[in-house]
Amino acid sequence: MIELQRLTKRYDKQVVVNELSLQIAEGELLVLLGGSGSGKTTTLKMINRLIEPSSGSVQLDGQDVRALPPHELRRQIGYTFQQVGLFPHMSVAENIAVTPSLVGWGATDRVRRVNELLDLVELPREIRNRRPDQLSGGQQQRVGVARALAAHPRVMLLDEPFAALDPLTRQHLQESLTRIRRELRLTAVFVTHDMVEALVLGDRIAVMQTGALVQVGTPTTLMHHPADDYVRQLLDTPRREARVVDALLADTEKGGSPR
Amino acid sequence: MTQQLSLLPAYLTAHLQLTLLALLCSTAVSLPLGVAITRVAWLGRPALGAAAIIQTIPSLALLAVMVPTLAALQLQSIGFLPAFIGLTLYGVLPILRNTVTGISEVNPAIKEAARAVGMTPGQQLRQVELPLAMPVIVAGLRTATVWTVGVATLSTPVGATSLGNYIFSGLQTRNYAAVLVGCVASASLALLLDGLVRGLEVGIRHRRTRQVVGVVSVMIALYAYTGATLALSLVPSDEHPVRIGAKGFTEQYILASLLGQWITHETGHPSTQMQSLGSMVAFDALAAGDIDVYVDYSGTLWAHVMRRTSIGVSRAEVLSEVSQFLTDEHDIDVVAALGFENAYAVAARATDADRLALTAISDLVPLGSTLSMGGDFEFFSRPEWVAIQDTYGLALAEERTMDAALMYQAVAEGAVDLISAYTTDGRITAYDLRVLDDDRGAIPPYDAVVLVNTAFTLDRPDVAAALRRLDGVITVEAMRRMNLAVDEQGEDPDRVAADFVDQLRREADGS
Repeated sequence: MIELQRLTKRYDKQVVVNELSLQIAEGELLVLLGGSGSGKTTTLKMINRLIEPSSGSVQLDGQDVRALPPHELRRQIGYTFQQVGLFPHMSVAENIAVTPSLVGWGATDRVRRVNELLDLVELPREIRNRRPDQLSGGQQQRVGVARALAAHPRVMLLDEPFAALDPLTRQHLQESLTRIRRELRLTAVFVTHDMVEALVLGDRIAVMQTGALVQVGTPTTLMHHPADDYVRQLLDTPRREARVVDALLADTEKGGSPR
Repeated sequence: MTQQLSLLPAYLTAHLQLTLLALLCSTAVSLPLGVAITRVAWLGRPALGAAAIIQTIPSLALLAVMVPTLAALQLQSIGFLPAFIGLTLYGVLPILRNTVTGISEVNPAIKEAARAVGMTPGQQLRQVELPLAMPVIVAGLRTATVWTVGVATLSTPVGATSLGNYIFSGLQTRNYAAVLVGCVASASLALLLDGLVRGLEVGIRHRRTRQVVGVVSVMIALYAYTGATLALSLVPSDEHPVRIGAKGFTEQYILASLLGQWITHETGHPSTQMQSLGSMVAFDALAAGDIDVYVDYSGTLWAHVMRRTSIGVSRAEVLSEVSQFLTDEHDIDVVAALGFENAYAVAARATDADRLALTAISDLVPLGSTLSMGGDFEFFSRPEWVAIQDTYGLALAEERTMDAALMYQAVAEGAVDLISAYTTDGRITAYDLRVLDDDRGAIPPYDAVVLVNTAFTLDRPDVAAALRRLDGVITVEAMRRMNLAVDEQGEDPDRVAADFVDQLRREADGS
């Protein structure tokens, strides 16, 4: 379980995250949803201390994250992000096994774990000796997810991990992630600005705007009882877009020139 | 050529010692400093700034300023140490700059990933930042390697033996075979070391174990050889060879060799030479005890060390005052005046001298504004030139500084009208030049004198006594002949000196 209490981040006078309090239950996937500048990524990075909070606290299973040195904390938290950040001088297998190596696993355990994870993220085992630059974008992010899961983390943090992928690849990865996190009963926080992704993946969605929490709830709650106009408009985005597409198609069928 | 090649092992070893140790130290300083700069923001500007300033100092000057700097610190100021420190400083910038650039250009996303997977700052550096920055750092290391090997040839004038000994003495004595050997050897060494560093980097990057082991073995072997030979040379022997200094021109090479052969013949002591020292470097080295013996000229000491400008003083007076001064002020003994003077003189083409009726420097005064003059590296900044200008009221159209070895040719070909000739130089007659009288006595007398450090005189009285026996044995004609033999007939300074020593021995036996 993750608990954020009055979490705040200030840079000089500018408040980026303001007194944010949230609870993420065991096995739950919470989506942090918001536009750019909403403070969602900063909030995420304060959980594994890539960014240190100005005030407030983060508790992981009842323990303050500041109780451990940052590197030991991060070995217990999986992290994937949009740029993936695979180490270009290491093979796929070495990338996946990096955290297990840091915590001192033996070679045979690491090999077994790499194979398990390649299966889990649906990559062929033959690619274990390739370098990251020999993989497609989707394959790279699958390796990124495998690396984050390698040392059996208590929690997963995902920062728009699929935002740079083409729509079909993105959809495949979303499906894989849903399966993986059900299988492993992962507790996860997933940052996105993509409404469809939020609806598809999230058990609950936390909507953020200019550093503050606007509303938290299940997709259904948000859909039926939006707290304000911003949330209503946000939740309506997929249907609005669908209506635009429908109208366009109807025009074309009536004999209008296709663009 | 064979004779030149016989010197190669000694010069190459000395060159390797300088280069390899300097590179090791540059790297040991720059790598950690470079890493520190990427961690501590305020360090960057001062550290890189200082390294860049060092780099802008011309390399020859950087090595040369080490001499007075180390002397002021009471350290060995001539020989290995100044060259080594200068070279180390020179190698810092490329390695430092590339370390900083290499590390700071690692993709921020990869740095974030390294933190996020749970690496400590040390692990981030060793496992991610340094491996990714390595190609850039190695490029800096290779630049430093090539520079250091090249700049090390400039260690000769500060008294450190290097492949530069070939180049400096070869240029002065017009022995172009020697120059060629020096250049080719130095270039080959640079290519070899550069290739080793490159081979190591490629081996590591592509994880070719055998290549890495091979290259590392060669490097270890080189360092072991260098370290061992250097350590041997540092072991204090009970009796070190007599160290004879020579400035960077033909006459000095001949005289240094002559003194060495004479000492060995008379006393059985071996000797070594430190060649091509700068004029004042030689004096400072003797005063500091870094060399034991060298030949200087009374007028040079009079003007430069005593800072005297009075004109019209007799040869005997200058000699006795210089001797007294050196004993009193610098603990240096003048053990012998060799018998000849090598004075600065103003020389013109004989055809011009006839045509314009030039016999003395005074005759130049009305023509001054139409004349150009060539001088060696020091001449136009020496007090003697100031004295000539002041005494005669002489003002020339142009003063051109050039290598002394090229002056004679320059005046003979008409590139200049006058030169600052040396009176013992055989090329005055060879090139059909005429020396103009110093009719107002502006130029002091220049007796060639053998200078010995007083401590050495006390330590090796037999050597000092042998050197005293050289008093008055070399006439100006004899010196001129020897210089001409080297400069124009391509003979070896050692050979010419040996002939003279043979002749001295025969005379001694005959009497």
